Amino acid sequence: MTVASNPSPRTQFAETRLVRKKHRSELIAKCFFGVMAAAMVIPLILIVVHVVKQGMPSLSWEFLTTNPRLGGIRGGIWSAIVGTLYIVTISLCVSAPIGVLSAVYLNEYAKENWFTRIVHLAVVNLAGVPSIVHGLFGLGAFVYAAGMGKSILSASLTLSIMTLPVIIASTKEALASVPVSFREACWNVGATRWQTIRRIVLPNSISGILTGVILQVSRTAGETAPVMLTGVATFKAVEGTGLFLYNPFTDQSMALSMHLYYIATQANNAPPSLPYAIATVLLSVVLLVNASAIGLRAYLRSRKKW
Amino acid sequence: MLTFVRGKNGDDTELISNLDPMRETKKIEIENLRLAYGGKEVIHGISFDVRANEIFGIIGPAQSGKTSLLRCINRTIEFTAGAKVQGMIKVDGQDVSRMKNVYELRRQVGMVAPLPVGLPLSIYDNVAFAPRAAGMRNKHHLDALVEKCLRQAALWDEVTDRLDSLGTRLSGGQQQRLTIARALSHQPEILCLDEFSIAIDPVTTMRIEDVLKELRKEMTIILVTNLVQQARRLADRTMFLWNGEIIELDSNEVMFSDNPRNRKTYEYVNGIFG
Repeated sequence: MTVASNPSPRTQFAETRLVRKKHRSELIAKCFFGVMAAAMVIPLILIVVHVVKQGMPSLSWEFLTTNPRLGGIRGGIWSAIVGTLYIVTISLCVSAPIGVLSAVYLNEYAKENWFTRIVHLAVVNLAGVPSIVHGLFGLGAFVYAAGMGKSILSASLTLSIMTLPVIIASTKEALASVPVSFREACWNVGATRWQTIRRIVLPNSISGILTGVILQVSRTAGETAPVMLTGVATFKAVEGTGLFLYNPFTDQSMALSMHLYYIATQANNAPPSLPYAIATVLLSVVLLVNASAIGLRAYLRSRKKW
Repeated sequence: MLTFVRGKNGDDTELISNLDPMRETKKIEIENLRLAYGGKEVIHGISFDVRANEIFGIIGPAQSGKTSLLRCINRTIEFTAGAKVQGMIKVDGQDVSRMKNVYELRRQVGMVAPLPVGLPLSIYDNVAFAPRAAGMRNKHHLDALVEKCLRQAALWDEVTDRLDSLGTRLSGGQQQRLTIARALSHQPEILCLDEFSIAIDPVTTMRIEDVLKELRKEMTIILVTNLVQQARRLADRTMFLWNGEIIELDSNEVMFSDNPRNRKTYEYVNGIFG
């Protein structure tokens, strides 16, 4: 830039009308986006406050640790909590290994061809299938065809199929976040693919993989439709308050999500605070699991090595 | 173009080369190598030899196939989807495409990439990675090897008291020397350096260049470089690769003289085009 084109250099930094207009539009944009972001928080707070406040009268230590009575409208929710625990654990034990291992295959071993394209397509579409359809599939496949009957196992397997595509997708994303240059460096020194995966890729993507898996816990705990059709009862009287209330291979169980649905819509004479109390417990479980996922990710990220 | 006199049938070639006293010194032989990515040919049938214990310079502008050529030699080109290699590459007289133990081939051919890659492991583990992958477990042997490689890469003095800190925390120039130490850790007979000085300062570059002069006593070095002067300083022979074809390959006296055989070489070396 020459002096000739800028006869008065002192004024070139002054605020002109155009600059004021820029400032104004910047401010408007910032506020608009900020309000939208804040709007995300409000529903969560309202839901939590409303549910906890309404459920307060029914909430107590006894409520958590005693079994339901009289078709579920009296007593606590212990057997429902245990049922949810069983279902979540078994379904994750099935879907996490299969999902993670197939994602490793797809991301690390598979070459781009018609077979992998079909697998990718299946994963994407499976993730888009509504949960009630998964429930119907589970009813046909596990309950009737495989002869498992309505049982915790059938319900868990149904949920496994539902969560598999999401676990595969999140694991693939975590694996892809490890730079290709690391893999190439390993191959260049004569390491096999498996040595590369075990020593470099997995240790550096484990935080993302675990986070993806844990987030599926809350999804599994909250689903109602698939388990309603495949192995969860509206009410089941059980003895005792230990952890071993059910035989997962043969028994139906209760579950928090199903219990909430039943009490809120079907049961008469239930105290009005009861559904909110169940909702509070379900919500706490989900938020607790999410919080632990965030904590775990933060911990593993702090140990990240590049 | 450079051509090689060869017998027409394969057996004749073998016979002639067995009698040839120069046979011993040919470390890599490349014949009519063609490489295509998804149908688009990037290396158009090139042939040349690399002699044992020489520093073989490869110069040429971007996209002329230098890196791809190196990846053909250690067969990491196979990790690129759609890459198709034709022609013959022999290392120590053996066709690499027929080698069953490709991992041993890659251990014989050390490779240093343009950008430094410190693996997310400790400095010690970075260097011990390859020997461990090859099955070496003896702690004393590993210790000795790690020290030897780090010394060869002119990095030992700077990291000797923090071998267990992360390799990725080193500076760019240190990481590049770590990469070289890792490439030396599997005790290769051929060392390929692909624009190794792109991310490091001139002083470090000179130190590594001194290292290379030492290393050539033990191994054959292929030096791909964008710095024409680096090839001039270090190489015994230099090849000018342009758009996947060899423009000229000769000793440095000829290549960097005022009268190389090809006018393009003179122009490229002197910065008139390219």
